[in-house]
Amino acid sequence: MAYLNIALPKGRLGEKAYTMLKAAGYGCPAIEESGRKLIFENEALGVRYFWAKPSDVAIYVERGAADIGVTGKDILLEYRPDVYELLDLDIGKCKMCVAAKESFRDDKTRTLTVATKFTNIAKNYFAARGRDIDIVHLNGSIEIAPIIRLSDVIVDIVETGTTLKENNLVVFDEVLDISARLIANKASYKFHHAQMEELCAKLRQKQ
Amino acid sequence: MENVYLKAEEKVIFSLRALYSGYGYSRYKMNKFEEYDLYVRNKDFLLSDAVITFTDTNGKLMALKPDVTLSIIKDSEDTPAAVRKLYYNENVYRISKTTGSFKEIMQVGLECIGDADDYCIYEVLMLAAKSLLTVSDSSLLAISHMGILSDIIDSLSLTGAQSAAVLRCVEEKNVHDLEAMCRACGVESASVQLLKDLIGIYGTPATVLPQLERILKNTCAWDSYKELEQTLALAEGSDIEQYLRIDFSIINDLKYYNGIIFKGFIEGIATAVLSGGQYDKLMRKMKRKTGAVGFALYLDQLERFYPREESYDTDYVLLYGENESAKAVCEAVRAYSKKGAVLAVRKLPGSLKYKTLLKLAGGKVVEADGIS
Repeated sequence: MAYLNIALPKGRLGEKAYTMLKAAGYGCPAIEESGRKLIFENEALGVRYFWAKPSDVAIYVERGAADIGVTGKDILLEYRPDVYELLDLDIGKCKMCVAAKESFRDDKTRTLTVATKFTNIAKNYFAARGRDIDIVHLNGSIEIAPIIRLSDVIVDIVETGTTLKENNLVVFDEVLDISARLIANKASYKFHHAQMEELCAKLRQKQ
Repeated sequence: MENVYLKAEEKVIFSLRALYSGYGYSRYKMNKFEEYDLYVRNKDFLLSDAVITFTDTNGKLMALKPDVTLSIIKDSEDTPAAVRKLYYNENVYRISKTTGSFKEIMQVGLECIGDADDYCIYEVLMLAAKSLLTVSDSSLLAISHMGILSDIIDSLSLTGAQSAAVLRCVEEKNVHDLEAMCRACGVESASVQLLKDLIGIYGTPATVLPQLERILKNTCAWDSYKELEQTLALAEGSDIEQYLRIDFSIINDLKYYNGIIFKGFIEGIATAVLSGGQYDKLMRKMKRKTGAVGFALYLDQLERFYPREESYDTDYVLLYGENESAKAVCEAVRAYSKKGAVLAVRKLPGSLKYKTLLKLAGGKVVEADGIS
Protein backbone atom coordinates (compact mmCIF):
# COMPACT_ATOMS: atom_id res chain seq x y z
CA MET A 1 0.00 0.00 0.00
CA ALA A 2 1.31 3.45 -0.88
CA TYR A 3 1.89 5.90 1.95
CA LEU A 4 -0.62 8.67 2.51
CA ASN A 5 1.58 11.75 2.84
CA ILE A 6 0.26 14.31 5.30
CA ALA A 7 1.70 17.84 5.59
CA LEU A 8 1.16 19.52 8.95
CA PRO A 9 1.93 23.15 9.81
CA LYS A 10 4.76 23.56 12.31
CA GLY A 11 3.61 24.96 15.63
CA ARG A 12 0.54 24.84 17.83
CA LEU A 13 -1.96 24.35 15.01
CA GLY A 14 -0.04 21.40 13.60
CA GLU A 15 0.20 19.80 17.03
CA LYS A 16 -3.56 20.17 17.52
CA ALA A 17 -4.18 18.71 14.07
CA TYR A 18 -1.91 15.77 14.80
CA THR A 19 -3.78 15.13 18.08
CA MET A 20 -7.02 14.96 16.08
CA LEU A 21 -5.50 12.61 13.53
CA LYS A 22 -4.09 10.42 16.30
CA ALA A 23 -7.49 10.25 18.00
CA ALA A 24 -8.94 9.22 14.62
CA GLY A 25 -6.51 6.29 14.49
CA TYR A 26 -3.68 7.83 12.47
CA GLY A 27 -1.04 8.11 15.19
CA CYS A 28 2.68 8.01 14.49
CA PRO A 29 4.84 7.42 17.60
CA ALA A 30 7.97 8.80 15.93
CA ILE A 31 6.42 12.25 15.60
CA GLU A 32 5.90 12.44 19.35
CA GLU A 33 9.60 12.01 20.10
CA SER A 34 11.50 15.26 20.47
CA GLY A 35 14.11 15.99 17.84
CA ARG A 36 14.75 17.97 14.72
CA LYS A 37 13.45 15.43 12.22
CA LEU A 38 10.82 16.71 9.81
CA ILE A 39 9.52 13.46 8.29
CA PHE A 40 7.90 10.61 10.24
CA GLU A 41 6.39 7.32 9.08
CA ASN A 42 4.01 4.79 10.51
CA GLU A 43 4.54 1.84 8.22
CA ALA A 44 1.74 -0.23 9.75
CA LEU A 45 -0.85 2.48 9.07
CA GLY A 46 0.69 3.59 5.79
CA VAL A 47 0.93 7.24 6.82
CA ARG A 48 3.86 9.60 6.49
CA TYR A 49 3.78 12.97 8.24
CA PHE A 50 5.95 15.95 7.65
CA TRP A 51 6.16 19.36 9.23
CA ALA A 52 6.11 22.35 6.93
CA LYS A 53 5.98 26.11 7.28
CA PRO A 54 2.24 26.91 7.66
CA SER A 55 2.10 29.00 4.48
CA ASP A 56 3.87 26.20 2.53
CA VAL A 57 1.45 23.37 3.40
CA ALA A 58 -0.93 24.33 0.59
CA ILE A 59 1.98 24.39 -1.89
CA TYR A 60 3.09 20.89 -0.85
CA VAL A 61 -0.44 19.63 -1.35
CA GLU A 62 -1.13 21.46 -4.61
CA ARG A 63 2.13 20.17 -6.11
CA GLY A 64 1.43 16.62 -4.94
CA ALA A 65 4.38 16.30 -2.50
CA ALA A 66 1.70 15.73 0.15
CA ASP A 67 -1.60 13.99 -0.51
CA ILE A 68 -3.37 15.87 2.26
CA GLY A 69 -2.54 18.71 4.60
CA VAL A 70 -3.82 21.02 7.25
CA THR A 71 -3.82 24.76 6.67
CA GLY A 72 -5.73 27.87 7.65
CA LYS A 73 -8.58 29.32 5.61
CA ASP A 74 -6.56 32.58 5.48
CA ILE A 75 -3.83 30.84 3.47
CA LEU A 76 -6.39 29.24 1.15
CA LEU A 77 -8.09 32.56 0.44
CA GLU A 78 -4.84 34.44 0.02
CA TYR A 79 -3.06 32.03 -2.33
CA ARG A 80 -6.05 30.20 -3.90
CA PRO A 81 -4.26 26.86 -4.37
CA ASP A 82 -6.02 24.40 -6.66
CA VAL A 83 -6.86 21.82 -3.97
CA TYR A 84 -9.88 20.14 -2.43
CA GLU A 85 -11.06 21.53 0.88
CA LEU A 86 -12.49 18.42 2.50
CA LEU A 87 -13.13 19.39 6.12
CA ASP A 88 -13.39 22.34 8.45
CA LEU A 89 -11.41 20.98 11.41
CA ASP A 90 -12.88 23.61 13.73
CA ILE A 91 -9.48 24.30 15.32
CA GLY A 92 -7.16 27.31 15.08
CA LYS A 93 -10.20 29.56 15.11
CA CYS A 94 -9.61 33.29 14.80
CA LYS A 95 -10.76 36.26 12.76
CA MET A 96 -9.27 38.35 9.98
CA CYS A 97 -9.98 41.97 10.97
CA VAL A 98 -9.49 45.55 9.92
CA ALA A 99 -7.85 47.37 12.83
CA ALA A 100 -6.56 50.89 13.37
CA LYS A 101 -5.66 53.38 16.08
CA GLU A 102 -8.61 54.22 18.30
CA SER A 103 -8.53 57.79 16.97
CA PHE A 104 -8.81 56.65 13.33
CA ARG A 105 -11.67 58.09 11.26
CA ASP A 106 -12.14 56.76 7.72
CA ASP A 107 -12.05 59.79 5.45
CA LYS A 108 -13.63 58.38 2.29
CA THR A 109 -12.41 61.30 0.17
CA ARG A 110 -8.86 59.96 0.54
CA THR A 111 -7.15 56.75 -0.47
CA LEU A 112 -6.98 54.36 2.48
CA THR A 113 -3.52 52.92 3.13
CA VAL A 114 -3.71 49.31 4.29
CA ALA A 115 -0.78 47.37 5.75
CA THR A 116 -1.13 43.61 5.58
CA LYS A 117 0.44 40.26 4.94
CA PHE A 118 -2.78 39.19 3.20
CA THR A 119 -2.75 41.38 0.11
CA ASN A 120 -5.37 39.49 -1.90
CA ILE A 121 -7.83 39.14 0.96
CA ALA A 122 -7.50 42.88 1.74
CA LYS A 123 -7.86 43.86 -1.94
CA ASN A 124 -11.00 41.74 -2.36
CA TYR A 125 -12.53 42.99 0.87
CA PHE A 126 -12.12 46.68 0.03
CA ALA A 127 -12.96 46.18 -3.67
CA ALA A 128 -16.33 44.69 -2.64
CA ARG A 129 -16.95 47.93 -0.73
CA GLY A 130 -15.78 50.15 -3.58
CA ARG A 131 -13.05 51.62 -1.36
CA ASP A 132 -9.94 53.02 -3.01
CA ILE A 133 -6.89 51.65 -1.23
CA ASP A 134 -3.13 51.54 -1.33
CA ILE A 135 -1.54 48.34 -0.06
CA VAL A 136 1.65 48.13 1.99
CA HIS A 137 2.73 44.50 1.97
CA LEU A 138 4.49 43.53 5.20
CA ASN A 139 5.70 40.12 6.35
CA GLY A 140 5.40 40.66 10.12
CA SER A 141 4.87 43.14 12.97
CA ILE A 142 1.90 44.50 11.06
CA GLU A 143 0.58 46.21 14.20
CA ILE A 144 3.26 48.88 14.21
CA ALA A 145 2.26 50.18 10.75
CA PRO A 146 -0.50 52.58 11.92
CA ILE A 147 1.58 53.69 14.92
CA ILE A 148 4.50 54.80 12.80
CA ARG A 149 2.10 56.22 10.15
CA LEU A 150 3.06 53.64 7.53
CA SER A 151 -0.63 52.91 7.05
CA ASP A 152 -4.08 54.08 8.12
CA VAL A 153 -5.33 50.59 8.95
CA ILE A 154 -4.11 47.01 9.03
CA VAL A 155 -5.77 43.78 7.88
CA ASP A 156 -4.54 40.97 10.06
CA ILE A 157 -5.43 37.88 12.06
CA VAL A 158 -6.82 38.53 15.50
CA GLU A 159 -6.88 35.67 18.01
CA THR A 160 -7.32 37.16 21.47
CA GLY A 161 -6.89 40.84 20.68
CA THR A 162 -4.09 41.21 23.22
CA THR A 163 -1.45 42.33 20.68
CA LEU A 164 -3.83 44.94 19.27
CA LYS A 165 -4.66 46.21 22.74
CA GLU A 166 -1.01 46.47 23.76
CA ASN A 167 -0.37 48.58 20.67
CA ASN A 168 -3.46 50.78 21.23
CA LEU A 169 -5.25 49.44 18.19
CA VAL A 170 -8.93 48.51 17.95
CA VAL A 171 -10.91 46.33 15.55
CA PHE A 172 -13.00 48.38 13.11
CA ASP A 173 -14.45 45.52 11.08
CA GLU A 174 -14.36 41.75 10.81
CA VAL A 175 -13.31 40.52 7.36
CA LEU A 176 -13.83 36.76 7.83
CA ASP A 177 -13.78 33.85 10.24
CA ILE A 178 -10.77 31.58 10.01
CA SER A 179 -10.23 27.98 11.04
CA ALA A 180 -7.99 25.11 9.98
CA ARG A 181 -9.06 23.07 6.95
CA LEU A 182 -8.13 19.61 5.76
CA ILE A 183 -7.05 19.94 2.14
CA ALA A 184 -6.24 17.31 -0.48
CA ASN A 185 -4.39 17.18 -3.77
CA LYS A 186 -6.97 16.79 -6.55
CA ALA A 187 -5.12 14.06 -8.43
CA SER A 188 -4.19 12.12 -5.28
CA TYR A 189 -7.80 12.21 -4.13
CA LYS A 190 -8.83 10.39 -7.30
CA PHE A 191 -6.31 7.59 -6.84
CA HIS A 192 -6.61 7.31 -3.03
CA HIS A 193 -10.29 8.13 -2.76
CA ALA A 194 -11.27 5.34 -0.36
CA GLN A 195 -8.28 5.99 1.93
CA MET A 196 -8.96 9.74 2.08
CA GLU A 197 -12.70 9.42 2.58
CA GLU A 198 -12.11 6.93 5.40
CA LEU A 199 -9.77 9.41 7.08
CA CYS A 200 -12.35 12.23 6.69
CA ALA A 201 -15.12 10.05 8.10
CA LYS A 202 -13.01 9.15 11.15
CA LEU A 203 -12.09 12.80 11.73
CA ARG A 204 -15.75 13.82 11.45
CA GLN A 205 -16.66 11.25 14.09
CA LYS A 206 -14.12 12.76 16.48
CA GLN A 207 -15.27 16.36 15.95
CA MET B 1 11.98 -0.62 -35.23
CA GLU B 2 11.67 1.44 -32.07
CA ASN B 3 13.74 4.58 -32.09
CA VAL B 4 15.82 4.51 -28.90
CA TYR B 5 16.83 8.14 -29.28
CA LEU B 6 13.27 9.46 -28.93
CA LYS B 7 12.21 10.77 -25.53
CA ALA B 8 9.25 9.06 -23.88
CA GLU B 9 7.08 12.19 -24.45
CA GLU B 10 7.97 12.13 -28.16
CA LYS B 11 7.02 8.45 -28.41
CA VAL B 12 3.69 9.32 -26.79
CA ILE B 13 3.03 11.93 -29.50
CA PHE B 14 3.56 9.33 -32.25
CA SER B 15 1.32 6.81 -30.48
CA LEU B 16 -1.42 9.42 -30.08
CA ARG B 17 -1.23 10.43 -33.73
CA ALA B 18 -1.66 6.77 -34.69
CA LEU B 19 -4.56 6.42 -32.24
CA TYR B 20 -6.45 9.44 -33.58
CA SER B 21 -5.74 8.61 -37.23
CA GLY B 22 -7.10 5.12 -36.58
CA TYR B 23 -10.49 6.66 -35.82
CA GLY B 24 -10.45 8.79 -38.95
CA TYR B 25 -9.28 12.06 -37.40
CA SER B 26 -7.19 14.07 -39.81
CA ARG B 27 -4.23 16.18 -38.79
CA TYR B 28 -4.86 19.90 -38.56
CA LYS B 29 -1.75 21.97 -39.07
CA MET B 30 -1.96 25.62 -38.33
CA ASN B 31 -0.05 28.82 -38.42
CA LYS B 32 1.66 29.92 -35.20
CA PHE B 33 -0.05 33.32 -35.37
CA GLU B 34 -3.66 34.39 -35.12
CA GLU B 35 -5.37 37.77 -35.20
CA TYR B 36 -5.43 39.13 -31.65
CA ASP B 37 -9.07 40.13 -32.05
CA LEU B 38 -10.15 36.46 -31.84
CA TYR B 39 -8.81 36.23 -28.29
CA VAL B 40 -10.18 39.59 -27.18
CA ARG B 41 -13.67 38.44 -28.11
CA ASN B 42 -13.30 35.14 -26.24
CA LYS B 43 -11.02 36.14 -23.41
CA ASP B 44 -12.75 34.04 -20.74
CA PHE B 45 -12.26 30.86 -22.78
CA LEU B 46 -8.51 31.17 -22.40
CA LEU B 47 -6.80 29.86 -19.28
CA SER B 48 -4.99 33.17 -18.96
CA ASP B 49 -5.88 36.45 -20.67
CA ALA B 50 -2.25 37.40 -21.29
CA VAL B 51 -1.24 36.86 -24.91
CA ILE B 52 2.02 37.59 -26.75
CA THR B 53 1.17 40.16 -29.41
CA PHE B 54 2.98 41.85 -32.25
CA THR B 55 2.08 44.09 -35.16
CA ASP B 56 2.27 42.37 -38.53
CA THR B 57 3.72 44.07 -41.63
CA ASN B 58 0.18 45.03 -42.73
CA GLY B 59 -0.48 46.79 -39.41
CA LYS B 60 -2.72 44.04 -37.99
CA LEU B 61 -2.29 43.16 -34.34
CA MET B 62 -1.38 39.49 -34.20
CA ALA B 63 -0.84 37.01 -31.37
CA LEU B 64 1.18 33.87 -30.80
CA LYS B 65 -1.51 31.25 -30.26
CA PRO B 66 -2.43 30.72 -26.61
CA ASP B 67 -5.08 28.20 -27.67
CA VAL B 68 -5.88 25.91 -30.58
CA THR B 69 -9.63 25.31 -30.28
CA LEU B 70 -10.66 28.89 -31.11
CA SER B 71 -8.63 28.83 -34.34
CA ILE B 72 -10.13 25.49 -35.39
CA ILE B 73 -13.67 26.77 -34.83
CA LYS B 74 -12.89 29.99 -36.67
CA ASP B 75 -11.68 28.01 -39.66
CA SER B 76 -14.49 25.45 -39.60
CA GLU B 77 -17.56 25.50 -41.78
CA ASP B 78 -20.95 25.38 -40.15
CA THR B 79 -22.62 22.58 -42.08
CA PRO B 80 -25.65 20.97 -40.40
CA ALA B 81 -25.56 17.14 -40.21
CA ALA B 82 -21.85 17.12 -41.05
CA VAL B 83 -19.03 16.42 -38.61
CA ARG B 84 -15.36 17.30 -38.98
CA LYS B 85 -12.90 15.22 -37.00
CA LEU B 86 -9.50 16.76 -36.50
CA TYR B 87 -6.46 16.31 -34.32
CA TYR B 88 -3.52 18.60 -33.76
CA ASN B 89 -0.09 18.62 -32.26
CA GLU B 90 0.89 22.24 -31.73
CA ASN B 91 2.76 24.59 -29.44
CA VAL B 92 0.74 27.18 -27.56
CA TYR B 93 2.08 30.16 -25.61
CA ARG B 94 0.74 30.80 -22.15
CA ILE B 95 1.73 32.37 -18.87
CA SER B 96 3.16 29.86 -16.45
CA LYS B 97 1.35 29.92 -13.11
CA THR B 98 4.59 29.31 -11.25
CA THR B 99 7.03 31.67 -12.97
CA GLY B 100 4.55 34.28 -14.18
CA SER B 101 6.32 34.46 -17.54
CA PHE B 102 5.36 33.09 -20.96
CA LYS B 103 6.00 29.46 -21.71
CA GLU B 104 5.82 27.35 -24.85
CA ILE B 105 3.60 24.33 -24.18
CA MET B 106 3.26 21.34 -26.47
CA GLN B 107 -0.36 20.30 -26.79
CA VAL B 108 -1.91 17.32 -28.48
CA GLY B 109 -5.65 17.23 -28.84
CA LEU B 110 -8.63 16.62 -31.02
CA GLU B 111 -11.89 18.29 -31.92
CA CYS B 112 -15.09 16.86 -33.33
CA ILE B 113 -16.93 19.81 -34.82
CA GLY B 114 -20.42 19.83 -36.31
CA ASP B 115 -23.55 17.90 -35.46
CA ALA B 116 -21.85 15.72 -32.87
CA ASP B 117 -24.27 12.93 -31.91
CA ASP B 118 -24.14 10.55 -28.92
CA TYR B 119 -21.61 8.34 -30.70
CA CYS B 120 -19.29 11.28 -31.46
CA ILE B 121 -19.38 12.44 -27.83
CA TYR B 122 -18.63 8.91 -26.63
CA GLU B 123 -15.87 8.52 -29.21
CA VAL B 124 -14.11 11.66 -27.96
CA LEU B 125 -14.51 10.49 -24.35
CA MET B 126 -13.13 7.07 -25.28
CA LEU B 127 -10.17 8.61 -27.14
CA ALA B 128 -9.45 10.82 -24.12
CA ALA B 129 -9.32 7.74 -21.88
CA LYS B 130 -7.15 5.88 -24.41
CA SER B 131 -4.83 8.89 -24.68
CA LEU B 132 -4.20 8.65 -20.94
CA LEU B 133 -3.64 4.91 -21.21
CA THR B 134 -1.03 5.57 -23.86
CA VAL B 135 0.97 7.27 -21.11
CA SER B 136 0.13 5.06 -18.15
CA ASP B 137 -2.18 2.24 -17.08
CA SER B 138 -2.59 4.01 -13.80
CA SER B 139 -4.79 6.77 -15.16
CA LEU B 140 -8.35 7.96 -14.67
CA LEU B 141 -10.77 10.07 -16.66
CA ALA B 142 -12.99 12.05 -14.28
CA ILE B 143 -16.31 12.99 -15.88
CA SER B 144 -18.93 15.56 -15.01
CA HIS B 145 -21.90 17.15 -16.77
CA MET B 146 -22.13 20.94 -16.84
CA GLY B 147 -25.85 20.69 -17.66
CA ILE B 148 -26.60 18.96 -14.36
CA LEU B 149 -24.74 21.60 -12.37
CA SER B 150 -26.09 24.59 -14.31
CA ASP B 151 -29.69 23.30 -14.15
CA ILE B 152 -29.44 23.07 -10.36
CA ILE B 153 -27.58 26.35 -9.84
CA ASP B 154 -29.92 28.26 -12.20
CA SER B 155 -32.90 27.04 -10.17
CA LEU B 156 -31.51 28.64 -7.00
CA SER B 157 -32.12 32.22 -8.26
CA LEU B 158 -28.75 33.45 -7.04
CA THR B 159 -26.78 36.46 -8.25
CA GLY B 160 -23.87 35.87 -10.63
CA ALA B 161 -21.33 36.21 -7.81
CA GLN B 162 -23.27 33.85 -5.56
CA SER B 163 -23.56 31.23 -8.35
CA ALA B 164 -19.83 31.46 -8.97
CA ALA B 165 -19.17 30.98 -5.25
CA VAL B 166 -21.46 27.89 -5.14
CA LEU B 167 -19.70 26.46 -8.17
CA ARG B 168 -16.34 27.06 -6.52
CA CYS B 169 -17.46 25.11 -3.44
CA VAL B 170 -18.47 22.20 -5.68
CA GLU B 171 -15.12 22.41 -7.45
CA GLU B 172 -13.31 22.31 -4.07
CA LYS B 173 -15.57 19.58 -2.60
CA ASN B 174 -16.11 22.15 0.12
CA VAL B 175 -19.33 21.15 1.89
CA HIS B 176 -18.82 23.30 5.01
CA ASP B 177 -18.50 26.63 3.16
CA LEU B 178 -21.28 25.63 0.74
CA GLU B 179 -23.68 25.10 3.65
CA ALA B 180 -22.76 28.41 5.26
CA MET B 181 -23.10 30.32 2.01
CA CYS B 182 -26.39 28.72 1.01
CA ARG B 183 -27.74 29.49 4.49
CA ALA B 184 -26.73 33.15 4.06
CA CYS B 185 -28.36 33.28 0.59
CA GLY B 186 -31.60 31.65 1.79
CA VAL B 187 -31.27 28.54 -0.40
CA GLU B 188 -33.80 25.92 0.63
CA SER B 189 -32.45 22.87 2.43
CA ALA B 190 -33.49 20.35 -0.27
CA SER B 191 -31.34 22.14 -2.85
CA VAL B 192 -28.41 22.37 -0.42
CA GLN B 193 -28.69 18.62 0.20
CA LEU B 194 -28.74 17.98 -3.56
CA LEU B 195 -25.54 19.97 -4.01
CA LYS B 196 -23.92 18.20 -1.04
CA ASP B 197 -24.86 14.84 -2.55
CA LEU B 198 -23.26 15.84 -5.86
CA ILE B 199 -20.08 16.94 -4.09
CA GLY B 200 -19.90 13.60 -2.27
CA ILE B 201 -20.29 11.54 -5.43
CA TYR B 202 -17.18 9.84 -6.78
CA GLY B 203 -16.88 6.46 -8.45
CA THR B 204 -17.26 4.36 -11.54
CA PRO B 205 -20.36 4.86 -13.71
CA ALA B 206 -21.67 1.45 -12.63
CA THR B 207 -21.66 2.42 -8.95
CA VAL B 208 -22.52 6.11 -9.26
CA LEU B 209 -25.24 6.21 -11.94
CA PRO B 210 -27.87 4.40 -9.80
CA GLN B 211 -27.09 6.86 -6.95
CA LEU B 212 -27.39 9.81 -9.33
CA GLU B 213 -30.64 8.51 -10.79
CA ARG B 214 -32.10 8.37 -7.29
CA ILE B 215 -31.08 11.88 -6.27
CA LEU B 216 -31.81 13.62 -9.59
CA LYS B 217 -35.20 12.04 -10.30
CA ASN B 218 -37.95 14.69 -10.29
CA THR B 219 -35.38 17.51 -10.29
CA CYS B 220 -34.70 20.13 -12.95
CA ALA B 221 -31.47 18.27 -13.83
CA TRP B 222 -33.19 15.05 -14.94
CA ASP B 223 -32.82 15.61 -18.70
CA SER B 224 -29.12 16.38 -18.30
CA TYR B 225 -28.73 13.25 -16.18
CA LYS B 226 -30.29 11.15 -18.97
CA GLU B 227 -27.77 12.64 -21.43
CA LEU B 228 -24.89 11.62 -19.17
CA GLU B 229 -26.36 8.16 -18.64
CA GLN B 230 -26.83 7.60 -22.39
CA THR B 231 -23.25 8.52 -23.20
CA LEU B 232 -21.78 6.42 -20.40
CA ALA B 233 -23.97 3.45 -21.37
CA LEU B 234 -21.84 3.22 -24.52
CA ALA B 235 -18.78 2.58 -22.34
CA GLU B 236 -20.40 -0.41 -20.61
CA GLY B 237 -18.29 -3.52 -21.11
CA SER B 238 -15.63 -1.59 -23.03
CA ASP B 239 -11.92 -1.61 -22.26
CA ILE B 240 -12.07 1.95 -20.92
CA GLU B 241 -14.95 1.42 -18.45
CA GLN B 242 -12.69 0.72 -15.46
CA TYR B 243 -10.80 3.98 -16.01
CA LEU B 244 -13.87 6.24 -15.86
CA ARG B 245 -15.00 8.07 -12.71
CA ILE B 246 -17.97 10.37 -12.24
CA ASP B 247 -16.91 13.43 -10.28
CA PHE B 248 -18.82 16.74 -10.19
CA SER B 249 -15.80 18.65 -8.94
CA ILE B 250 -14.71 18.67 -12.58
CA ILE B 251 -15.90 22.08 -13.68
CA ASN B 252 -15.40 24.29 -16.67
CA ASP B 253 -16.70 27.71 -17.59
CA LEU B 254 -20.52 27.67 -17.76
CA LYS B 255 -20.42 30.32 -20.50
CA TYR B 256 -18.69 27.96 -22.93
CA TYR B 257 -19.27 24.38 -21.85
CA ASN B 258 -22.64 22.69 -21.72
CA GLY B 259 -22.80 18.88 -21.61
CA ILE B 260 -20.22 16.29 -20.69
CA ILE B 261 -16.86 17.61 -19.52
CA PHE B 262 -13.86 15.68 -18.28
CA LYS B 263 -10.33 15.86 -16.95
CA GLY B 264 -7.64 13.21 -17.14
CA PHE B 265 -5.28 12.26 -14.34
CA ILE B 266 -2.20 10.05 -14.24
CA GLU B 267 -0.95 8.66 -10.95
CA GLY B 268 2.27 10.45 -10.08
CA ILE B 269 1.32 13.77 -11.71
CA ALA B 270 -0.12 16.35 -9.32
CA THR B 271 -2.52 18.07 -11.71
CA ALA B 272 -4.86 17.16 -14.56
CA VAL B 273 -2.98 16.34 -17.76
CA LEU B 274 -6.02 16.33 -20.03
CA SER B 275 -9.06 18.55 -20.21
CA GLY B 276 -12.04 18.57 -22.52
CA GLY B 277 -15.75 18.40 -23.08
CA GLN B 278 -18.71 19.66 -25.07
CA TYR B 279 -18.51 23.36 -25.88
CA ASP B 280 -21.65 24.09 -27.88
CA LYS B 281 -22.03 27.41 -26.06
CA LEU B 282 -18.66 28.57 -27.40
CA MET B 283 -19.87 27.58 -30.89
CA ARG B 284 -23.00 29.77 -30.43
CA LYS B 285 -20.82 32.63 -29.24
CA MET B 286 -18.80 32.26 -32.44
CA LYS B 287 -22.04 32.33 -34.48
CA ARG B 288 -22.03 28.59 -35.28
CA LYS B 289 -25.27 26.61 -35.31
CA THR B 290 -23.68 23.20 -34.77
CA GLY B 291 -21.93 21.79 -31.71
CA ALA B 292 -18.47 20.58 -30.79
CA VAL B 293 -16.60 18.31 -28.42
CA GLY B 294 -12.88 17.87 -27.95
CA PHE B 295 -9.95 17.71 -25.57
CA ALA B 296 -6.30 18.62 -25.16
CA LEU B 297 -3.49 16.70 -23.52
CA TYR B 298 -0.83 18.89 -21.89
CA LEU B 299 2.46 17.28 -22.72
CA ASP B 300 4.49 19.62 -20.52
CA GLN B 301 2.95 17.87 -17.51
CA LEU B 302 4.36 14.54 -18.69
CA GLU B 303 7.95 15.74 -18.28
CA ARG B 304 7.72 15.17 -14.54
CA PHE B 305 6.12 11.76 -14.99
CA TYR B 306 8.88 10.20 -17.00
CA PRO B 307 12.11 9.75 -15.06
CA ARG B 308 15.12 11.38 -16.61
CA GLU B 309 16.08 8.61 -18.94
CA GLU B 310 19.69 9.28 -19.80
CA SER B 311 22.24 9.71 -17.09
CA TYR B 312 24.61 10.22 -20.03
CA ASP B 313 24.74 12.67 -22.88
CA THR B 314 26.14 9.97 -25.13
CA ASP B 315 27.19 6.32 -24.99
CA TYR B 316 30.65 6.80 -26.52
CA VAL B 317 33.01 9.70 -26.89
CA LEU B 318 35.62 9.06 -29.57
CA LEU B 319 38.65 11.25 -29.11
CA TYR B 320 40.97 11.58 -32.08
CA GLY B 321 44.12 13.55 -32.66
CA GLU B 322 44.87 15.85 -35.56
CA ASN B 323 47.07 13.24 -37.19
CA GLU B 324 44.22 10.76 -37.56
CA SER B 325 42.74 10.49 -41.04
CA ALA B 326 39.09 11.38 -41.60
CA LYS B 327 38.64 7.91 -43.05
CA ALA B 328 39.84 6.27 -39.81
CA VAL B 329 37.46 8.46 -37.76
CA CYS B 330 34.62 7.54 -40.14
CA GLU B 331 35.28 3.84 -39.76
CA ALA B 332 35.52 4.03 -35.97
CA VAL B 333 32.27 6.00 -35.70
CA ARG B 334 30.54 3.56 -38.05
CA ALA B 335 31.68 0.57 -35.98
CA TYR B 336 30.60 1.97 -32.61
CA SER B 337 27.34 3.62 -33.78
CA LYS B 338 25.96 0.09 -34.13
CA LYS B 339 26.23 -0.20 -30.33
CA GLY B 340 25.07 3.27 -29.28
CA ALA B 341 25.39 7.02 -29.71
CA VAL B 342 28.89 8.19 -30.65
CA LEU B 343 30.28 11.68 -30.32
CA ALA B 344 33.50 12.14 -32.24
CA VAL B 345 35.58 15.12 -31.03
CA ARG B 346 39.18 16.22 -30.89
CA LYS B 347 38.83 17.73 -27.43
CA LEU B 348 36.66 16.41 -24.61
CA PRO B 349 33.85 18.90 -23.76
CA GLY B 350 34.06 19.78 -20.06
CA SER B 351 30.58 18.96 -18.71
CA LEU B 352 29.88 15.97 -20.93
CA LYS B 353 28.61 12.72 -19.38
CA TYR B 354 29.40 9.54 -21.29
CA LYS B 355 29.51 5.82 -20.70
CA THR B 356 32.75 4.95 -22.48
CA LEU B 357 35.68 7.00 -23.64
CA LEU B 358 37.33 5.79 -26.84
CA LYS B 359 40.64 6.95 -28.17
CA LEU B 360 41.66 6.68 -31.78
CA ALA B 361 45.39 6.35 -32.10
CA GLY B 362 47.25 5.30 -35.23
CA GLY B 363 43.95 4.24 -36.84
CA LYS B 364 43.11 1.92 -33.92
CA VAL B 365 40.41 2.39 -31.29
CA VAL B 366 41.26 1.87 -27.63
CA GLU B 367 38.61 1.84 -24.94
CA ALA B 368 39.81 4.16 -22.19
CA ASP B 369 38.54 3.88 -18.62
CA GLY B 370 34.78 4.20 -18.34
CA ILE B 371 32.39 6.67 -16.94
CA SER B 372 33.16 10.35 -16.68
